[in-house]
Amino acid sequence: MRIAIASGKGGTGKTTLATNLAALLAGRRMTVRLLDADVEEPDCHLFLHPELERREPVHVLVPVVDDARCTACGVCARVCAFKAITVIGSTVLVFPELCHSCGACALLCPEDAIHEEGRETGFVESGTVALPGRPGFQLVTGVLAVGEAKAVPTTRATLAAADGASVDVVLVDAPPGTSCPVIEAVRGSDLVVLVTEPTPFGLHDLELAVDMVHALDQRCVVAVNRSDLGDDRVRRFCASKGLEIVLELPNDRRIAEAYARGELLLDAVAGLEDKLSAAWERIAAAAQRHEVAS
Amino acid sequence: MTSPRQLVVISGKGGTGKTSVVAAFAALAGGAVLVDCDVDAADLHLVLRPELGDEHEFSGRSQAVIDPGVCTACGRCAEVCRFAAVLGTPADGYSIDPIACEGCELCSRVCPADAIRMQAVVNGTWMVSETRFGPLVHARLGVAEDNSGKLVTLVRNEAGRVAEERGLPLVIVDGSPGIGCPVIASLTGADLVLAVTEPTVSGRHDLDRVLQVVHQFRLPFAVCVNKADLNPELGRRIAAEATAAGAELVATVDYDPAVTQAQVAGTDIITHGGHAAVEIAALWEAVREALTASVEGEVLDA
Repeated sequence: MRIAIASGKGGTGKTTLATNLAALLAGRRMTVRLLDADVEEPDCHLFLHPELERREPVHVLVPVVDDARCTACGVCARVCAFKAITVIGSTVLVFPELCHSCGACALLCPEDAIHEEGRETGFVESGTVALPGRPGFQLVTGVLAVGEAKAVPTTRATLAAADGASVDVVLVDAPPGTSCPVIEAVRGSDLVVLVTEPTPFGLHDLELAVDMVHALDQRCVVAVNRSDLGDDRVRRFCASKGLEIVLELPNDRRIAEAYARGELLLDAVAGLEDKLSAAWERIAAAAQRHEVAS
Repeated sequence: MTSPRQLVVISGKGGTGKTSVVAAFAALAGGAVLVDCDVDAADLHLVLRPELGDEHEFSGRSQAVIDPGVCTACGRCAEVCRFAAVLGTPADGYSIDPIACEGCELCSRVCPADAIRMQAVVNGTWMVSETRFGPLVHARLGVAEDNSGKLVTLVRNEAGRVAEERGLPLVIVDGSPGIGCPVIASLTGADLVLAVTEPTVSGRHDLDRVLQVVHQFRLPFAVCVNKADLNPELGRRIAAEATAAGAELVATVDYDPAVTQAQVAGTDIITHGGHAAVEIAALWEAVREALTASVEGEVLDA
């Protein structure tokens, strides 16, 4: 089963939910793999302190021009839809950061003067989380290199770390927002849990996130963090759209302080384990209903 | 007159209070162009409640479309597509997955039957609206759309144009979380970057990463530790690290439930009031001085 945890608005508690759920499920002797797909700002490791086992670079293909063969005919520049190649006089200039790795220039060069080479734009780390008194699980972290604009190849490589994995549950911590890296992170999951808070920003961004999930033809449920803050518009929106609220966490200073210190809420706040267990039952049931339906 | 100053507010981590700080600055600035560059979750309009301007369409890419009447189902398009955007089989024929297609045009170039054409995709809208504090340039990226960086660049350019046109000296940009393409597009040409963070392990980690991006662009920056009393020790540590990293100024704002109350009431914290309003007003004065200093610096350089 693959569950993605996402949100339109940032800072609503995606990572809190993902890390605590992973620890909870591992504690029930389930095999769990947590994928931190928020590759621009991956934070799960700060709460889980994994023992690092592997680090794989993420490469994207970029064109390299063989000057001996190149006639500066300009075909490569004309076929590049992303303006990543330009020809000035007899010189071909490649702008790797604009390249989408589509391969058009290499394939269409009449002189066969372009080949592609890998350029590292991030890496994927994996390791075992072994928290005191809790059974271990796998954490996979995607990290976009600083200064790189395109997150998606690293997101994709992070998600691929669960391909063919024989685990009971894969949890994906997605980035905030609704654009391309988020879509890459939530695609292929059995259910998306959208984390929000009952404020105007939380509601507005939840609406966008629900639209995104539906555009992808996927299903979602909602977790409401700091649920006693703000107003009841998020609850009314969920009721009107038939969205199940699987968890409500109060705006509790103990929770905020434990998070600030980098602690799991399961360890820091009494009573949270039961609450999260109940939330998991709802999430698993919703994911299974989806499987049956499709 | 000098060209308008650009203040860009970012955070690395989401939910640290960027937009609330920008709305407060809007109230304090007395005439600035406001820009919401968090185009895939734009929220500034919810507290500035502008009179909406005319909607303009934004097309950041094109997308392949296969004409089933012409297609011979040879499968060449599926072979060359690197984005798994061509769906189908030789038996069923082929079609394009509009979400996966990146618009590289390669399939249309290699199709031997000439059955694929490119179609412009409207993937967002943008507008110039009027708030009680000045014009707001904002946008909405279409659901499940790509190219947020291009849309960010478009609204920033538009904001510069509006500022020149109306003789406004300052552009305040509400950036997006993260360090990737929309953030990089927001930072280009900033006179001062303000990073709003919080005293949490993730706030600190994410600030560190986004400040590395700011350093790559060699931009002057300031840091605001919001909700500082949540973990005063970590707050002090982040402030010390920011100073050591070369921040022009470092300020703290304590947690104030009035910030959320203002948002629920659909207004900014300055209009609403509270202790955070006083602290943010002090931050604004410091930021304004830093912006003025950067103008004088340029005059001296010249």
